[in-house]
Amino acid sequence: MFRFIVRRLLQMVVAFFGTTLIVYALMFAGQGDPIQALAGERPVTAAQRAYLTEKYHLDATGFGGFFYRYFDYLSNLLRGDLGESLTGRPIGEILANAWPVTIKLALIAIAVAVIFGVTAGVLAGIRRGSIFDNSTLLLTLLVLGIPTIVLAPLAQYLLGVKWQLFPATSGADPSFYALLLPGIVLGSLSLATALRLTRTSVAENLRADYVRTARSKGLPRRRVVTVHVLRNSLIPVITFLGVELGNLMSGAIITEGVFNIPGVGFNLFRAIRTEDGPLVVGIVSVLVVVYLVSNLVVDVLYAVLDPRIRYE
Amino acid sequence: MSDFETVASSENQAARRGVSGEPGTPGRVGQPGRPRSLAGDAWRDLRRKPIFWISLALVLLVTAMAVAPGLFTRNDPTDCILSRQHAAPSGGAIFGYDFQGCDTYARAVYGARASLLVGALSALLTGIIALVVGMLAGYFGGWVDAVLSRIVDIVLGIPLLLAAIVLLKRVASDSATVRLGSVIFVLAVLGWTTAARVVRSSVITARQQDYVAAARMLGAGNGRIMWRHILPNALAPAIVVLTIALGSFIAAEATLSFLGIGLKEPTISWGIDINNGRVHMRESATPLLVPSTFLALTVLAFIMLGDAIRDAFDPKLR
Repeated sequence: MFRFIVRRLLQMVVAFFGTTLIVYALMFAGQGDPIQALAGERPVTAAQRAYLTEKYHLDATGFGGFFYRYFDYLSNLLRGDLGESLTGRPIGEILANAWPVTIKLALIAIAVAVIFGVTAGVLAGIRRGSIFDNSTLLLTLLVLGIPTIVLAPLAQYLLGVKWQLFPATSGADPSFYALLLPGIVLGSLSLATALRLTRTSVAENLRADYVRTARSKGLPRRRVVTVHVLRNSLIPVITFLGVELGNLMSGAIITEGVFNIPGVGFNLFRAIRTEDGPLVVGIVSVLVVVYLVSNLVVDVLYAVLDPRIRYE
Repeated sequence: MSDFETVASSENQAARRGVSGEPGTPGRVGQPGRPRSLAGDAWRDLRRKPIFWISLALVLLVTAMAVAPGLFTRNDPTDCILSRQHAAPSGGAIFGYDFQGCDTYARAVYGARASLLVGALSALLTGIIALVVGMLAGYFGGWVDAVLSRIVDIVLGIPLLLAAIVLLKRVASDSATVRLGSVIFVLAVLGWTTAARVVRSSVITARQQDYVAAARMLGAGNGRIMWRHILPNALAPAIVVLTIALGSFIAAEATLSFLGIGLKEPTISWGIDINNGRVHMRESATPLLVPSTFLALTVLAFIMLGDAIRDAFDPKLR
């Protein structure tokens, strides 16, 4: 177990360096004259140029210079200093304001997935082949097949603009009610996957030997399902939801953009639109780290939850 | 293992046929000398599924649209006159006009080409990468497998949309061909991992079969065994995964174009049109709804097709 965690941590460190290196190389390296890019149309005096060259170690050239600046970027990233966006706001501050909203939205989405997805999945798994089972399967296929860029504007148009059941967009400080519809849209994908996962795993476990044993002991069906089957069936679902929480935080770009929710994804959406390079890199770097860490936590959780799984 | 499954599934089918008592079929089942293959079984199963036929019809329809859009509309999608802004349907424009005064339906029809091109070519590229990596990892095992599997782990750990944003932001050119090429390349580079894992596991299964040992004893080299004996058996699961991937690549392309970093005007893409329609949906909703429907149906068709084929090939999942 300990060895597994250490190995997994090392793997994450490799992935972290790999991804940040790619992000950095693509965004900053070989960009022409970065000082002129910073100044825009205005002329740069020799003194300013010398100052900036000194500050950002631009005099080191070639391969070594690239890594010099990469480690600058990395150490800034690790210290939480993400630099400034093109508009001059510190990126750390933008993110600090955006995180609470994004986390709230992701939690609503996960709650939707758990309440509806897992419940329906258990029912479908128990009654495999029934009308309920087949219709939920078809429904989840529909949800899985419809891209968010269709689902989000459609939900916004129908429920927000036409029938006005929910607020169509949310403002600077969104209430729970304003986040509900985006949360459902965001959660619908995880709902569908969670449902299918629960269904398969319940159906599989219902055929397991220990269930037969429990039944032949004379336990009521209700107890067999809730205690014996559910406990084992929910392990893959919990891991999936853990991975999904990390996904949702980084994957809410479209939903937050469409519903105008001032979260992390919305800021990224806007940064792409306004061609704000530093802001895009800052947000993407942080999101990649969040994603990697959440994957790590889930993997470890998996090993803790299911002692049958052995990592060599 | 797979032989056993084939037998088990055909037994199942025989039993089912016995229950329902269809008179015509048993004669064909017991064709002497030629045992039914897994593929034959799958095809038999597939033929009876309405979902398979519906999705196949949709796929063919969209493909026809991509190849010959002129068959579906006589209007020019780039013929935009601002005075027709949000005008009602008229003269072949069965869904009316959008904010720029372009024919909404014609734009949706012509949008099929970019989507399908990106989907098909990235799926093809993905398939090639996945087959090479999966074959090498699965066949040679040992340190080759270890290294390749770690690479797969790392690429799998990169969130697709974020990485695509970073990669595509780097493409400065606005030329339609360059953008198309880079979207295809980016999707393939980020999306090959799942297929590679599938290929690897089926190669590992196939490698241990007796006929591979027989071929080796007859003096076949590694290359020949991989190409002639293992590849045909590893192909079917890979094709299923790639069909589903094709659908999700189309969705990914539309998403990137929606964000403004994938394809750009004047290329006609559903993602761009959905984004434009979204902005003006309070005035007129059809420019949003039409490309949305086209995109959703196309993606669904590919995913359902892949799903149906996989169900047919993998009786265990049922």
